[in-house]
Amino acid sequence: MSVTDISETVQYLTFKLADETFALDVAKVREILECSTITKVPQTPDFMRGVINLRGSVVPVIDLNLKFGMMATGQTVNTCIIVVEVQLEDEIIVLGALADSVQEVIEMEPEQIEAAPHIGTRLNTDFIKGMGKHDGRFIMILDIDKLFTSEELEKVQG
Amino acid sequence: MIEAHIATYREEANELLTELETSLLELEETPEDAELIGRVFRAMHTIKGSGAMFGFDEIAGFTHEVETVFDLVRNGRMAVTKQLLNLTLQARDQIKSLLDASVSGIRIDRAAGDAIIAGLKQLLPEGEPVEIMRPVKDPSPVVPSPAGGRKTWRIRFKPVPEILLSGTNPLALINELRDLGTCQVIAHTDLIPHLSEMKPEHCYLYWDIVLTGICGLDAIKDVFIFCEDDCELRIDLIDDGLSESDDGYKKLGDILVERGDLSQTELQKILSLQKRFGELAVAVGAVTHDKIQSALAEQQQVKVVRQERSSQEAATSIRVPAEKLDQLVNLVGELVTVQAHLSQTAAIRNNADFASIAEEVERLTEELRDTALNIRMLPIGSTFTKFKRLVRDLSQELGKEIEMETEGAETELDKTVIERLNDPLVHLIRNSIDHGIEMPEVRRAAGKPTQGTVHLGAVHSGDSVLITIRDDGAGLDRDRIREKAIERGLISANSELPDREIYTMIFAPGFSTAARVTSVSGRGVGMDVVKKGIEALRGSIEITSARGIGSTITLRIPLTLAIIESLLVRIDTSYFVLPLSHVEECVELTREDIKNAHGRNLANVRGAIVPYILLREQFGIESNRPDIEQIVITGINGSKVGFVVDSVIGQHQTVIKTLGRVYRDVKGVSGATILGDGTVALILDMGVLCRAVEEREHALLL
Repeated sequence: MSVTDISETVQYLTFKLADETFALDVAKVREILECSTITKVPQTPDFMRGVINLRGSVVPVIDLNLKFGMMATGQTVNTCIIVVEVQLEDEIIVLGALADSVQEVIEMEPEQIEAAPHIGTRLNTDFIKGMGKHDGRFIMILDIDKLFTSEELEKVQG
Repeated sequence: MIEAHIATYREEANELLTELETSLLELEETPEDAELIGRVFRAMHTIKGSGAMFGFDEIAGFTHEVETVFDLVRNGRMAVTKQLLNLTLQARDQIKSLLDASVSGIRIDRAAGDAIIAGLKQLLPEGEPVEIMRPVKDPSPVVPSPAGGRKTWRIRFKPVPEILLSGTNPLALINELRDLGTCQVIAHTDLIPHLSEMKPEHCYLYWDIVLTGICGLDAIKDVFIFCEDDCELRIDLIDDGLSESDDGYKKLGDILVERGDLSQTELQKILSLQKRFGELAVAVGAVTHDKIQSALAEQQQVKVVRQERSSQEAATSIRVPAEKLDQLVNLVGELVTVQAHLSQTAAIRNNADFASIAEEVERLTEELRDTALNIRMLPIGSTFTKFKRLVRDLSQELGKEIEMETEGAETELDKTVIERLNDPLVHLIRNSIDHGIEMPEVRRAAGKPTQGTVHLGAVHSGDSVLITIRDDGAGLDRDRIREKAIERGLISANSELPDREIYTMIFAPGFSTAARVTSVSGRGVGMDVVKKGIEALRGSIEITSARGIGSTITLRIPLTLAIIESLLVRIDTSYFVLPLSHVEECVELTREDIKNAHGRNLANVRGAIVPYILLREQFGIESNRPDIEQIVITGINGSKVGFVVDSVIGQHQTVIKTLGRVYRDVKGVSGATILGDGTVALILDMGVLCRAVEEREHALLL
């Protein structure tokens, strides 16, 4: 998806990974949880932190810091799990994304958003819908559906 | 609207076809059973009648012709023969394919149906009127009651208001009744609402019909056969045409009560307005007070008995969609989790009042869980009948004489489990018939009865059901299986394995000792399917066999897939759950034991050598092993394997949650459960874990 697809004012949830601010379309966000005990499932990649109990259902949790090649998310009072709905092929699955802290919900006009530069972000630009400018800061807007591919999520380590 | 009716018809027709098959197969054993013949007839009659109603003309036409023949059987003018049953079973299949074709839209070969009809026609006794090509106009042939004599029936026919929407015309039904005898029809208009509230498509009338004729109860019921569920129907015999009492007829009050128009209490109230008979009698001095009391007691007694009888009739079964039950079980599952949390909190708080409440909740939850799971339980019998047909057809095809015995058809299992058991059982029975039972001449030469027996049994055993498939055939060829297994590299040539383990080789994919591939088996696919299917149900398989005497395959299947009893264990800070059905015992593993085993993962359990798997290593948990560990010893496919954990917490009611598609390729973990404190614990699949370790060790050695 490129920046030209963003044609209307959308609300974004901003959150921090390390010191950087990222954003997600609020329509994709189901709820935000305090970080609870995560149960690791054996044979899965490191960034798949494990599973949590979300009111009786078992939901996988992903560490976005590890996913982006940074240090594993630590446990602080601000650590949260953002529960998102991800379109995986023909199915919608519920995932938890671990973030260092959740900031706020902001509105951004299409004019505030630019396409991500091809170099310099040190991230796969496929994941990034665009770069938003808010209060003089850059915010990377993530495309959560692109962030995870089924091969990657279902990968099993021997 | 009509689509919904058609779907219901299909569903019902499928059920009826199953019933038809069951009855026919039973009829084969007891050909004289009038009750069974009646059931066969009614099933066909309903398929035909509703078929015609919803536009399944082909089905209706075909069924009608088969039904005509069975009508003769029902009236005792024709005997039940093997030939007739063969043809009727074929006809049943034909109806089934017609029904399936109506969904898939595939044209069905009419010739097959015509051949069946032609065959049936030949069976008709001489001189019977062959009215076979009669169009399906009248769905209820008048069957004269054999008892003779004119009987008088009282019929209360109260259709639901929506009856017209389903295409039933109440008037036509009443006219059909008129064909059965003299009718006195009274329409009741008291339910008709005000014009403003009236829905024009609804029927607000209901009728009382007094019918005098030579018909039987069945004939009257047949008239209402298609709208049974859509109406309140009461048929009472008020005069059997035989008793010649000249006492006149019942009192008006009694009739009203019998019809249900007046309640007994209302009658009493009205009667109490006039002076009661008893009081009058006493006043006149004709009888004493005691005598009146005794007469009243008798009246009371009979009344109570009759009331009980009527309430028993009302208690039958209801239809509930399967999803609703699933939802109920899910909710109960959540409740069990919350209850575990409550009990845990109560234990920590150490408050007597709180603890007693928690205990009460625990008791109720347990009862509720058992009841909810019980609702989903069905007897396995319906599946068994299907196999009777399979055995019958296959043995004919292969030229073998085989009898099928079943036992424990009433054993109840979870609905989903029964459905998923079907395929494995089909393969196992096919295998028994094809490879197990010998040809009649071979059997005779071996001194066995020419007729082979396949025994299918089910029995409860703790929280599982044992299903056994036993045949008295040739038994498994141990040496041949061993040879094949060596040839395929499944075992090494010099390994000495117990028979039991050699037999399990037949479940390896592509394994077949059959010299030739028949239409039935020999491709080596079936048994692999069996193993996968049974494992998916968390079950296990055991084989025993004796050369020349036969083999027995025992499947151990858990009663339900939703909630299991398990053992909760801990490694470092992670909790895991092991299904209790496989756990045999727990023993300690000390540093000393490890030293004595010289680095090999073998434990000495009362003199027996038990290999173990270090779950800590297996799951990559990086922390130091405690001084004393626990080995949970499990029985997997007949051999003992230990799993080493840090500590065993205890028994746990485990509500099984799926891990979802993200984790579907993870081996050794079959699901997850939520513990009392809200954290998630993984449910281990010991069989898979064991095999994974086995494969890895083999790979290291090569």
